Order: sequence, then C-alpha cells, then structure tokens
Amino acid sequence: MLSDTERQEIEREIVHYPRARAAVAEALMVVQRHRGWVSDEAVRDVAALLEMTPDEVEGIATFYSMVFRQPVGRHIIHLCDSVSCWIMGQETLLEHLQRKLGIGFGETTADRRFTLIPAGCLGACDLAPVMRVDDDLYGHLTPAKLDEILERYP
Amino acid sequence: MPRITINNQVHDIPWEGRNLLEVCLDLGYDVPYFCWHPAMHSVGACRQCAVKQFRDEHDTQGRIVMACMTPATDGTIISTDDPEAVAFRRSVAEWLMVNHPHDCPVCDEGGECHLQDMTVMAGHNYRRYRFTKRTFRNQDLGPFLNHEMNRCIQCYRCTRFYRGYAGGRDFEVLGWHDHVYFGRAADGPLESEFSGNLVEVCPTGVFTDKTLKEHYTRKWDLQTAPSICVHCGLGCNIIAGERYGVLRCIRSRYNDQVNGYFLCDRGRFGYGFVNDEERIRQPLIRNERGELEPCTIEEALWKTSSILRHGRAIGIGSPRASLEANFSLRYLVGEENFHHGMSGRSYQLVREMLAILQQGPAPAASMSAVAQGDAALLLGEDVTNVAPMLGLALRQNILRQPTREALRLPIHEYEDSAIHEAIQVGRGPLYIATPDVTRLDEETPNTYRAAPQDIARFGFAVAHAIDPAAPEVTALPAAVQETAARCAQDLLTSLHPVIVSGFTCGHPDVIHAAANVAWALRRRGKPADLCFTVPECNSLGVALLGGESLNAALQAVRDGTADTVVILENDIIRQMDVDLAEELLERAQHVIVLDHLPSPTTDYADIVLPAATFAESQGTLVNNEGRAQRFLPVFVPQGDVRDSWRWLGDIMVMNGQRGCETWCHLTGVMRLMAETVPALTGVTEITPPPDFRLVGQKIPRQPHRYSGRTAIHADRTVHEPRPPEEVDAPLAYSMEGYPGQPPASLIPRFWAPGWNSGQAVNRYQSHIGGPLKGDSGGVRLIEPPPEAAITYFDHIPDAFVPREDALLVMPDYLIFGSEPLSARSPAIAARTPRPYLGLAPKDMERLGAEEGQVVALLVTGTCYHLPVVARPALPRGVAMLPAGLGNMVALGLPQWGHIEVKREVWD
Amino acid sequence: MERPLTENIRPGEPPLGLREYVERGGYEGLRLALQRTPLEIQREVTESGLRGRGGAGFPTGQKWSFVPMGPDARRPKYLVVNGDEMEPGTMKDRLLLEGDPHALIESTIIASYAIEADAAYIFLRWEYSTAAERLKAALAEAYDAGYVGRAIMGSGYSLEVHLHRSAGRYMCGEESGLLNALEGKRAIPRSKPPFPQAVGLWGQPTVVQNVETICNLRHIIRHGAEWFKGLSLTGEGGTKLYGASGKVRHPGVWELPLGTPLGELLHDHAGGMLPGHRFRGLLPGGASTAFMTPDHLDVAMDFTAPQRVGTRLGTGTMIVLDDRTCPVGLMHNLLRFFARESCGYCTPCREGLPWVARTLAAIEAGDGRESDLDILDHHVRMIRAGHTFCPLAPGAMAPLESALVHFRQDFEQHIRMGACPWR
Ligand SMILES: Cc1cc2nc3c(=O)[nH]c(=O)nc-3n(C[C@H](O)[C@H](O)[C@H](O)COP(=O)(O)O)c2cc1C
Ligand code: SF4
Ligand code: FES
Repeated sequence: MLSDTERQEIEREIVHYPRARAAVAEALMVVQRHRGWVSDEAVRDVAALLEMTPDEVEGIATFYSMVFRQPVGRHIIHLCDSVSCWIMGQETLLEHLQRKLGIGFGETTADRRFTLIPAGCLGACDLAPVMRVDDDLYGHLTPAKLDEILERYP
Repeated sequence: MPRITINNQVHDIPWEGRNLLEVCLDLGYDVPYFCWHPAMHSVGACRQCAVKQFRDEHDTQGRIVMACMTPATDGTIISTDDPEAVAFRRSVAEWLMVNHPHDCPVCDEGGECHLQDMTVMAGHNYRRYRFTKRTFRNQDLGPFLNHEMNRCIQCYRCTRFYRGYAGGRDFEVLGWHDHVYFGRAADGPLESEFSGNLVEVCPTGVFTDKTLKEHYTRKWDLQTAPSICVHCGLGCNIIAGERYGVLRCIRSRYNDQVNGYFLCDRGRFGYGFVNDEERIRQPLIRNERGELEPCTIEEALWKTSSILRHGRAIGIGSPRASLEANFSLRYLVGEENFHHGMSGRSYQLVREMLAILQQGPAPAASMSAVAQGDAALLLGEDVTNVAPMLGLALRQNILRQPTREALRLPIHEYEDSAIHEAIQVGRGPLYIATPDVTRLDEETPNTYRAAPQDIARFGFAVAHAIDPAAPEVTALPAAVQETAARCAQDLLTSLHPVIVSGFTCGHPDVIHAAANVAWALRRRGKPADLCFTVPECNSLGVALLGGESLNAALQAVRDGTADTVVILENDIIRQMDVDLAEELLERAQHVIVLDHLPSPTTDYADIVLPAATFAESQGTLVNNEGRAQRFLPVFVPQGDVRDSWRWLGDIMVMNGQRGCETWCHLTGVMRLMAETVPALTGVTEITPPPDFRLVGQKIPRQPHRYSGRTAIHADRTVHEPRPPEEVDAPLAYSMEGYPGQPPASLIPRFWAPGWNSGQAVNRYQSHIGGPLKGDSGGVRLIEPPPEAAITYFDHIPDAFVPREDALLVMPDYLIFGSEPLSARSPAIAARTPRPYLGLAPKDMERLGAEEGQVVALLVTGTCYHLPVVARPALPRGVAMLPAGLGNMVALGLPQWGHIEVKREVWD
Repeated sequence: MERPLTENIRPGEPPLGLREYVERGGYEGLRLALQRTPLEIQREVTESGLRGRGGAGFPTGQKWSFVPMGPDARRPKYLVVNGDEMEPGTMKDRLLLEGDPHALIESTIIASYAIEADAAYIFLRWEYSTAAERLKAALAEAYDAGYVGRAIMGSGYSLEVHLHRSAGRYMCGEESGLLNALEGKRAIPRSKPPFPQAVGLWGQPTVVQNVETICNLRHIIRHGAEWFKGLSLTGEGGTKLYGASGKVRHPGVWELPLGTPLGELLHDHAGGMLPGHRFRGLLPGGASTAFMTPDHLDVAMDFTAPQRVGTRLGTGTMIVLDDRTCPVGLMHNLLRFFARESCGYCTPCREGLPWVARTLAAIEAGDGRESDLDILDHHVRMIRAGHTFCPLAPGAMAPLESALVHFRQDFEQHIRMGACPWR
C-alpha cells in the first residue's frame, strides 16, 4: 500500500498534467525515493492510483533507466561509463571499485551499502572521470579520491 | 486517379490516400513487411518494406523509403528491385534473424510463418552474426496461447492489435533496446476476448495456438475447408483444419463484411467439442433394460421410420442446425408439425427482430457497417460476452469520429501511430444501457444501469428526443432524460449511427425501443443501421423457416395430437424451463434425437442418431444480419456420423415419402427449400454447385504439400486408400485438384507461392481490405423495402419496480461457458468461471447475504445453490445468473426468482 | 566580446535570485515581448536567424511558423524545453540550467507567448538534480512575482510552467520520444510528419526547443535581430556554447561567437593537448557527429561549414581523441552506449547497434576477424538517415563511419595483432 506521504506526493505531480498517467514515471520515482526501489506491489499500487493496469506501469518501469525494479543498496553509485570519462580513465576506476567493493555493474554489496550502476554521460565531461553517489556529483576522480568519497556514505 | 510507376511499369491506381505497400501488394509485387498489417496499417517500425523512390524521371539516385509509410500519390516513381533497396531489405531480414532461434523444425509456426516467407523473400540466407543470442523467460498466458519470446522479432503487431485494436490493457511492451519484451506484468491468462488473434497477428512463433499443440499438425498437413463459426449468431467465417479424423484448429477466414481478419477466442478455441470423447458416433436404441445401446444404421433407420409411420410425429428443429437440416425435418413431419426449437419467448424476440429488419426502413448492419459507423447506442446487450466480435467492431466504431478529426491535421489514414497520438483518449459517442457493467464501458462515460423495462424506456426516450413523432416516455428520472437527450444529439450529429440491441434482456420492448431510435434517425435523414444479436448461429434462419414454438410442442404432446417427437440438434432442456421440457420429453411416447453429443435431452431419447458437426457436414446458416453463409465439410467423420439432413432424408426414403428423391444431394434439398420458402430463395447462390470445376478439376482440401498419404496406413497397407467421395461440394478430400485460387466461398485455405502464412490473403483480395476476388461474401436475405413507412412502436413499459419478495433474475451471458458447444472444449472450460449469483449491494444488505455466501435461488422451477458475488453497478432488485453454466437455464430468463440465504460458504 | 547567455553565470556560486536577476535587466525581455504581438516576436526570431542548439540546427522561427495561430487555432498549445542533455560529451545545457535558471524561465515564457502556448514543460534529465532544485526555486519566485501564471505582468497572457524530471533514457532527448515520455508513455519516437507543431503533446500543437536555443530569446527581444546576427563570426547569428573534453589542457564550456574556427577552440580555449599527447581527431558536437581531424582546424564551427567536411556542429561540445587513446576502444564505448539506449522500436537500430558494439568489443579484445570489418562497413552503409525510424542509429553510425575512414589502420592492426596495441 502506498503511504499517505507517497500518495500526496504523487498527487502533487498529477496536477501538472491533463491526464493522471502522465505522472507515472514521477510516481514511480516518488515510491523509489521512499523505499529505494519499486516492488511488484508498488507497481500495482501506482497503477491503481493512476487508473492504469499493472502491465502498463510495468511497461514504463522497465523502460526508464532510473527506475529500479530490484532492491538496491543504501547508496547508488552511478559511475559514468561514457566516452569522455572513458578517455580519462574510467576503466581504472571501475576496476578499483570492483576490487574494493567486490561488485560489478548492476550489483549490490553484501552489506547492502552500495549498488554500482553505469551512467550514461552525466553532462560533466569537463570534470571527467565523474560519478554520482546518490544526488552528489564528483569529478576529477582518482582511485584515492574515490576511497575518500565513499567513506562519506555509511 | 493517381498514376504511379513501379519498376518502370505505369499503373493507374483506383484512389488516393493509400500507401505504396498496399498498392504494391494489390498489384502483385512481392514487397516483404512485418509491422504493417492490413487491419492495423502502418507504423514504420520494422523497416522491412523498403523501396527506392525517385523524385522524377531525371532522378537517378533515389532514396530509400518505407513503402508502408509513403503515400501513393500521382506521379510517384518507385523501384522495388533497385539493388540498394534489395540489399537493405536483405539486411533487415538478417538483423531480425540475429536473435531469432534456429528452431523452425520444432516451432509450431513452421510452414505458416510469415517470418520464414519474408526471410526467403528478402533473400537473406547466410548467417554472419557470430555472438550469443538474447534469451527470454516465457510466460504462462493461460489455456489459449503459448508464449515463446525468443522468437520475437519486435514488430509490435501484438501490442498494437491487443491494445490499440482490441482495447486490451493487460499486455504491454516491456523492457527496451534489444530486450524489448511483449507480455504481462505477471503470468496469467490474457484477459482480452480476442487474444487468440495474436496467433495470426504475430508473424512468427511467439504466440501459437495452445489447443493445436495438444494435437499438433503443420499447416501443410491440415485438410481444410471454408466454414462458419457456430458459437454465436454473428456467423464469422472460419477455416477449420483436420488431420487423422481430429479437428485441430480454427483460423479466421477473411470476410470484409463480417469478421474481417479476426475471430474471438470462443470461436477460435471452442472447437474441442467436435473431438469430444463422448461424441455419439453410432446410432443408439433404448433396449428393454432402458439403456441406450449401439445399433447399426439400418436398424436405426428401420426403427425410426417405423415409429414415424405409426406415430403422430412432431419435429423440433434447432437454431444451431443448418437451414437444410431444419428444412429436412420440416419436410419429414410436415410444415404444420414443425417446431423451430426455441422457447416461445426467444422465438418471439427473434420474430420481432426479423419483422423490424424486414419492414424497415433501418436495415441490418453487417459487422463491417458497425465498424465503419461513427456512433452507437447499445440497448440491453453486453456484446463482448454475447456476440464478441461485435464488441471488436464497436471498438473500431468509436474511433471513427476522432480519426476523422485527426485526418484533417492532416494525417494519412494508414498512419496508425500518428492517428493514435492525435486522437489520444478521444472516442466517438457510445451509449451503453445494460443491467450490469460491460467490457466496453471503459470506452465511454455514457452508461446507464437499469432493468430491461427501464432500458426500453430509455431507448424510447432517445427516439422521442430524436423525432417528436415517436412516442414520449413520461415520468422518466431527470438524469435519465438528460442522458437520453444527449444520446439523441450525439446520434443526430454523427454520420452513420448504429443501434445495437438483442435478446439478452428477453424483452420485446427493448427491441422495439431500438427500432424506434433507428427509425427516428432515419426520419431525420440519418442512415442509421440496426444490429441485433440473436441467441444462436442460425436463429434468424430458423425464424425465416417458421414453425411453432417449444411451448406449442408441449401443448401438442399434452393434447395428445402428437406422441412422437423428433428433435434435431437441440438440447431443449436448455431452451425452455426445465420442468416444461422434462414434461414434454416424458409425455412423448417416442423421442428421437439427432445430435453430436449426449445431453440431458438425449437422456430421454428412444433413438439417438449421430449427427455430424459443422466440421463434418455442409449447410447454410443465417447470421444476425440475415446473411446466409455456407459451411463445408472439412473431413469425413469416423463411425456412423452423418449429416442430419441425410438421416432425415433416409428416413423419408424408407417411409416412401413423396419428394424425397431430392434428399440424396444437398443441392436438391437446398433447391427444394429455396422453392418452398420464398425468403430463402437466395441460398442457392452462396457457393458454386457441386459440379463446379476449374479446368475440369475440383478444389483440393489438402494442400499440395500434404505429406505421408501412403504412410498413414503403412502398418496395414502401403496402398493409398481411395479418398472419400464428395458429392455435395466441388471440393475434394485430396491434394489433387485445381492448384490456383478458387471462388471466394470455396477457399479452403489462404496460400500463394511465397506466402505460406495467412498473410497470403493479400493475394486473394480484390484490394487490401476489400472483398475477396469474385466474392459473394454470403447472401443477404433480408433487406428493407426501398420506401418503408414508419409506424413507431408505442407500447412503453412501466418503470421497473423492485419487489420485496423476489429478484428479477437476468441471464449473465459469458463469452466462455454460456454457449454449450464451446463450453465442452477443454480450453474454454478452463476459462469458465464457477457458477455464482450476482447481486446488487443493496439487495445483499436486504437479504443479509455476504460475498461468497451460498444462497438458494428458486427460479424457472429449479433450485440452485450459488455463492453470492457483489455487483456494485447492478440496479436494485435485479440479479445476474450466469447463463448456461452447468445445468443452468439460459433462454428462459429473465424471470422472478426467490432467494433463501444459507449458512455455508464455498471455498 | 558579448556573452549574453552566460553573463549572469558565476562559476562555483549559486545562481542569481530573482531580485538580482531583475536588477541586471532580468524579465525586461519578457516585458518588451508582451508589448508586441506573438507574430511580431516570431518575425523577430526568424530575422535573427536563430537555429536550434539541440543538435539538428533547425531554424527556430521557421519551426514556429508551422504552429497554428490565432483565435481558431487548436488549443491547448504547448511549449517544451528540452533539457534532457544525454548526448555523450555534452555539458552545455547544464551550465545554463544551473547557472541562470531565471534566464531560462524568462525565455521560456517569451517562446510560449510567441506561439500562444497555454502551458510550458521544462523537461529535465533526472541526474540534473541541482538544476532541478534551482529551477524549482526560481519558478516559485517567478510565480510569486507574477512572471508566470495568470495574466503575466498584467498582460492578457497566462501561462503555466511545469518542471518534469525524466526517469532517464537518451531517447527522451529526441523530441518526439520526449513527448511520449511527458505523456507517461515509453519514450519511443513518433513518425514525422505529422510534426509536433501539428500533433504534439497530447495530440496538441507543440514546439520543442533546446535549453540553449531558448536562452537566446530574451536577448533577441531586448536587442533585436540585427544585434543577434552581429554576435557571430559567420552569418548565422548569435553566440554558441562550445566545449571540449578529453585529454586537453583546459576541458570546459565557453560562450563564443558562432563560427569560431575549430583550431581556435582547440588551442586557445581548450588550451591544446595535455603534455605528451598528440591530437588525432575530435567529435565536434557530441557522440553522434563524425570525426574532424588535424586537417580541419580552420573550419568555422557554425551550422554549415562543418557539413562541407562531412560532419555537423551537433551540440558544439567536442570530444577529443589523442594518440594514447585507442580509437577502436572509443568506438566501442560509443556504440555500446547507443546500443544500450536504443529504444528498441526499429530493426536496424535495435539489432544492428548491438551487433556493431559486440563486433567492436571483439576487435578490441583481440578476437577480431577480417570479416568483422565487412560487418562494420555493412552497418555503416545500411544504417543511414531515412533507413531508420529516428536519427538515433544514423547518429551512432556517424562517428563509426568516419573512424573507419580515418583510423582504419588501427582497426586492421587490432585484428592482425589479435590484441589492442594500447593495452
Ligand atoms: C537520439 C536523440 C537525442 C537527442 N537528445 C537531445 C537532447 O538531449 N537535448 C536536446 O535539446 N535535443 C536533443 N535532440 C534533438 C531534439 O530531437 C530536437 O531536435 C531539439 O530538442 C530541438 O530543439 P532545437 O531546435 O532548439 O535544437 C536529440 C535528438 C536525437 C535524435
Ligand atoms: S533508430 Fe529506431 S530503435 Fe533506434 S531509437 Fe530510433 S526508432 Fe528506436
Ligand atoms: S512494414 Fe513498413 S516498416 Fe514495417
């Protein structure tokens, strides 16, 4: 069941559109903000609220890259794997992360602290290589800097 | 008339506004395609239909365009065989095969696979892709369809059909990039009544027929014949396929006036009764111990004729048997002793409809007319359950007005996605007045829930609002009056309104109201059509034949004017109140029944004669539109099963009855029938006569690749058995015969060189979406006179008053379960709900009944114990009883019923 | 040199609040615009020669001219600001979104007024959370001050401006995919025609415009078409946000006159290559443009000149390839991105791009075969504009086609050696 807060937040998104279903992606992101991910049940609940079928919501949930249909860790590392970051040594960072956290792209650490996800170009190529941890952008990354940044995310 | 050049050939094409792919296919050019579908038009997704277009004759470069997305305007110059276009098309096929498994040998679609055809047509034959393929998990989609997603080529036809065309919402495109997945959020049966069309809409083997898989046979090994669906009154055209004496699948047979390209799931998956283990395959005679026991044909004929010689026989015909079978019975017992096999009540309804359609001025709408119409009023009918394909037609009807708007923007008529984007949720006017919610309700805000009387009153009010000369309804609630006024306005502003009604309300007033609306519209200059649903596949045909009702039959037996009843393909216990039917059967000294399957009625029979089903016999059915159509036998049944008309004819021969020399050939029966019954004159025109030949040859039921002919009996003999003889149709039980295209009414399957899938239908149409070449498409027997005068019905029923002591029990027609033949098919049975009683919450409260609680319902002389299901929209005082489930009455309803609440709760 | 787009932007500092913004002439353009008729504004913009900065370079005024206008026009009408910016190597719109949100809002209202839009949507990619916060704050201020909402600045014009945060997909940037995304559908492209101006958001007349394009409008209204034309070095009008990333000394984004020569961008603004690196080529405007090489340094980077050397201005933000980076690896990186972001609608893109990406991966991993080059060439030939449903896949082929010309020996070397020489 959607919480009252979730429902209210979703309803605040709906008012921006002539039709409720336009807010479906936002609704999923609202749920995700509160729960970290979007469960089957959440898909059904969002569907009911927006007068959609679960199948229709699933069509959206499985299309957009920011919607997580599986449980994720407490923090999301979006490591840019696009061209400028690649030129600037992103692969080294990835190897470092994989060694350090023991996870590859699409995986979550055993302690559920981090989930590592590849990001399309983050629009900060001048700072390459870059990553986002949750809502924070970090540039000019080096393995050492990475270690230090991750410490901030318990 | 646009003039276009294709491969340096100049063609004049008949009209503007079509796309190049359609035009190329019309003209016989082989241009491969996937995402385009003749009913759903173009979206430009697959890129398979590429051709080269040139600006003018000086343009030597040209550019690649998608034929399906390019208008065929005057002066268009294209090449289909330009090397660059050919290379690109080959490349598209190569891409599509990248992830497609190499499983043709084990794929159900093999041999009728559009992907196979197109891959060959596009010229891709050597695999270069050297990496792994993507794989998917399949879903369990219920008893009708297999799901094998690895075979998907992402043409998007399935969702476009399921959602866009058929209005289903439990099936979607999931995922993205090369992991696009077509399925549901979770496993479970597809909810749409039209899901089976995915078998034919999908160009490859993702969606295949699960019932066929039970007894799989390749298309090239199927013996097929043109047939008509017997599972409701719409008369959809089908192709039935058999091998080794087993009916294996039903496919749609294109008819531009009736079902177009599609079928409903009841029609497609309801054929299992033909293969039922309980089929009566030998004549049965009741022995001294009171048991039915097998006997020979001769014995049965001798016994029957002797009973008939000595007895005073009446005949009970059947709205699900052919005209010829009914006419044979009528001839056998004499016109005055013939009963049409319907209860007085349903016959009265069908008669009313017939009279209204005959007297005019509003003619019966074909299904294509319903789909082409642009506004609709439904009085009393839940069409998706009663006559499902009518629901599909109405789903097209409501898109007509918004589409017309969209075309002004301008968008080409064939640009399917652009039209959908332009119209969004826009829908044309649809008004639904029914006791309970229907599947079409989600498409309209204009619904009215009421008891039959009130539905009729609403209809009369609409008619009056259209034409003040039509009688007025007084004391109508203001909200209803307001809806009626709005409905009248919407119908008047439409170009082609359709008024739909039918038998489910069991109330002539409802039908009269529908007639008044259509007539009022006609008086105001609107070309309104009427569309009535009828209970069974030949209800209207039998009504044209005339005869007395079942109640009259009972009376005759009671009076003693009759002591013998011959019952033709009819379980009369379902047609009338059970106790009355039982009385009839018990009182009759001799009961002779001709039927396919044991039924409560055959339990009373002294003699049972095994009657052929639609798949094993030939005959004429008249659909709800008054269109007479012929079904032809697909195969010769095992055992002593024979056409009913043939049994009846032989009995007449034995009795030396006059005129029965005609009964050795169906044509003779048909001709005599056409002479005797003026209304049926047209029936001889439907198919060419049995002696029809093309280049001296018959039309083969078996395709030229039919395999294993001599191997079938190889355990006994390697000699090829002589094929059964066919005297009643110009079709042969053989692969030998005329190899080309037969006349439309005789097409046993759609096939053309290079086109093994059903898409070969393109080659049979006079133009894409048009009639089949040289087609009669059936013969319409009922047309209103040109200058029909209007006499409005003026009996307006009183408003419905709920009773304290009783509930008005309405039949709840179910697509799966209410029609008895299809209900015996395992796949349909799997989708049939358990019996229930639907009650309005107010009534539940009043009765102290809770959801799931069992109540005893006494109605039409029978007591049923049923769990309660809440039906929030139902008007107070009305209850819904699923029609035809188990032993539940259907056609006797509505009736007042009494309810007693029990303690127990069903699991 | 005038830098109208970035005049208010102070690197490393929060953007101007409403008061400061107004003090610096903010909402002046809007005030002036509201004194003129929508058609006059359209004419001004047409005369200015403003062309779209989202990558395709379509003339903005001309785009607007297809919008049905006047009292009989279909309503509602919509303006959509495309702030999806997911083109690899592109970071220019983020600068404007984060740096001067009021400027975007003001120009959005002007554009909306010019087409008589009833509502405007700012479509923002999810990852731009800072921009989202700042825009939200600025929008609230603008509503409060009566610049947005009913009867704007006392005029008869009303407009709602909404912020939509995308749930993420490159295809959301393609304008018709964007419209589907805004409607809560899968961001697959729509067929064109009909163009959004006729059948757009919810089937209504709609204009989609890039953030940078929009931001020019308030200046064009304030200073006029002539002034705007004078800003550029070539005849096409205005400044442009150029940028560079890769192994250059000063990667970044700069506002410069449109038509600034490539060499000047690379050497003067990007500061040339990092020590020890040699310039081999660059993708001038995001990932879906074709390579330019040392031969092209004098090309004026406007909309037309790069086309003469087989490429496009694109987004104007260049990705620089040096001699210590493997061109095959780079192509693999790009194609993997495009294959991943294909919406899956049309065959060449859905099936072709992953095939190309896998082939490149194989070559890069030392598993290349002679025939792989045929496969790559084949795809370059087969996936072109008009062959696919939308420009994504042809865009993906643009860098590959040119790489196969300019760096063919590198591909061949990989295959011959059975290894990547750079690893
Ligand atoms: C695959 C693809 C992605 C695109 N992404 C963007 C984008 O992120 N931002 C943008 O402004 N335009 C993008 N475009 C271009 C838009 O389709 C459209 O042309 C543009 O928003 C129009 O604005 P303009 O005329 O102001 O440039 C993209 C195009 C394609 C084909
Ligand atoms: S090129 Fe085709 S599959 Fe690719 S993004 Fe465009 S429409 Fe989708
Ligand atoms: S049939 Fe034309 S693009 Fe698919």
